[in-house]
Amino acid sequence: MTQKTRNWLLLAPAGAWFLVMLVIPLSVVFIFSFGERAPSGGVVPAFTFEQYANLPARWAAFKNTMTLAPIGTFSALLIAYPLAYFLAVKVKPKWKTILLVLVIVPFWTSILIRSYAWIFLLGGRGIPTLLEWVGIEGVRLINTPFAVLVGIIYGYLPLMVFPIYVSLDKLDKRLLEASSDLGAKPWKTFLQITLPLSIPGIATGCMLVFILLMGEYLIPALLGGGKVFFVGNALVDLFLQSRNWAYGSALAMTLVVVMLIIVTIYMRIISRLGAGREDVSIM
Amino acid sequence: MRLYAIIVYLFLYIPIGIIALFSFNAGRHASELQGFSIKWYGKALSNPFVMDALETSLIVAFTSALCATVFGTMAAIALQGIKGPLRTIFDMMIYIAVMIPGIVIGIATLIGLVTVFDQLNPLIASIWPNGFEPPKFRMGIGSLIAAHTMFLMALVVIIIRARLAGMDRALTEASSDLYASPMGTFIQVTLPMIFPAILAGFLLSFTFSFDDFIIAFFVAGSETTLPIYVFSSIRRGVTPEINAIGTMVLVISLLMLITAQLLLQRGGKKNK
Repeated sequence: MTQKTRNWLLLAPAGAWFLVMLVIPLSVVFIFSFGERAPSGGVVPAFTFEQYANLPARWAAFKNTMTLAPIGTFSALLIAYPLAYFLAVKVKPKWKTILLVLVIVPFWTSILIRSYAWIFLLGGRGIPTLLEWVGIEGVRLINTPFAVLVGIIYGYLPLMVFPIYVSLDKLDKRLLEASSDLGAKPWKTFLQITLPLSIPGIATGCMLVFILLMGEYLIPALLGGGKVFFVGNALVDLFLQSRNWAYGSALAMTLVVVMLIIVTIYMRIISRLGAGREDVSIM
Repeated sequence: MRLYAIIVYLFLYIPIGIIALFSFNAGRHASELQGFSIKWYGKALSNPFVMDALETSLIVAFTSALCATVFGTMAAIALQGIKGPLRTIFDMMIYIAVMIPGIVIGIATLIGLVTVFDQLNPLIASIWPNGFEPPKFRMGIGSLIAAHTMFLMALVVIIIRARLAGMDRALTEASSDLYASPMGTFIQVTLPMIFPAILAGFLLSFTFSFDDFIIAFFVAGSETTLPIYVFSSIRRGVTPEINAIGTMVLVISLLMLITAQLLLQRGGKKNK
């Protein structure tokens, strides 16, 4: 058996699986997005842009996603950066791994259960009751945009910390010493050296979180109580409740395309930053 | 700075901790602690719906993690020695599988499979001998395993590749210089080195499949997995029983994750 046949045989199951479970289904979504709704709930094959033209009907979902996803990403960044900095620069090497693992582990546990924990905490008998004890009454937290934001930060913070940590950990600590030896104030060292060199990590973290948020369903469904809904919630409604597959497919395609555009822009920026970083190392 | 870190860690762990704490609550009320009891665990474990959902989840997680690990490892090894268009196509599919939101994977699998089944079922029925019940494809445990395997395969390929890339090329070259057959080199050199990564890939896949809600929500048909059960009970209100189930789910994934982490680290050290 030649090397080539061997490689083909090794790739065959994975290739077939990707074809049947990824390529064909995504093509069906693409084709259906140009179709018309059948009375029975299926799709009548057609070639029309009607579904795409109707997208503004779900504008509210896009608007909510496009407001809360960036705000959530930015809040997670603000909270994650100091922690990543602490882990990469201040912590002793022997504690680093365990502390880092402690940050990442929650991300790999059920997001459903973790969001549920906040229903519990933000619900009537949780934090609002505590607030009543200190005299603040009538606060309503659950089923508000704030609750969704807390859920987002809680759910995706680990994903933000990790890439920033990696970029700060790679940073040559001698640069920081050199900067302070040359008389720069700590905040100036931070702004001129640490922050610019950690931008790749910041960009990676933000992109990962933002992309996942764009397809988010659970957090708004559980903590937004039907008032704060994302594109994901509109998709569930279209496919599982109102069974409008053609329109739902158009919405899903739009989501994927918007995501791909953002990722492409991100890749461009990163490669440019990468080039910039080499200049720094040459200097 | 240290205080800040402590606060963030508390933020990460207090909500989980509170769920665990209240799962041992003796009282009926979900939010008043009234003494220690494990009765909610007993209640959850004797609830036939919970046990059915747990069984489905375990079968799906085990089968899809196993398929994904076997096929993903095979693909990762083959991709090592391949360049050109085939390599590009596989890289693209892996990239798409990982990047596309779970909800879109769920939707695509649902309408893709339903469409294919609608064509296939009458065809099978027409060629099936009269008097026998023809088999009928429908959404259920099989479609769920297939969908999870697809996504997890991409994940396994990425994990194994990272390990293969970190491997010292000189070792496999030395092995073939010493007249080991390609198969012998694979079994005696490559496999022992990537084995921790394979095992870690299996455990991560298992955890992901076990915890997945959104893909299963679309693809599981009339089957109920544990996350689907929990989701629909949450909609009916917060109960101590959900706290107990949630704590068990968290503990299962934590055990898997810690094992995977230890394996990846030990493997990493050995290679250096």
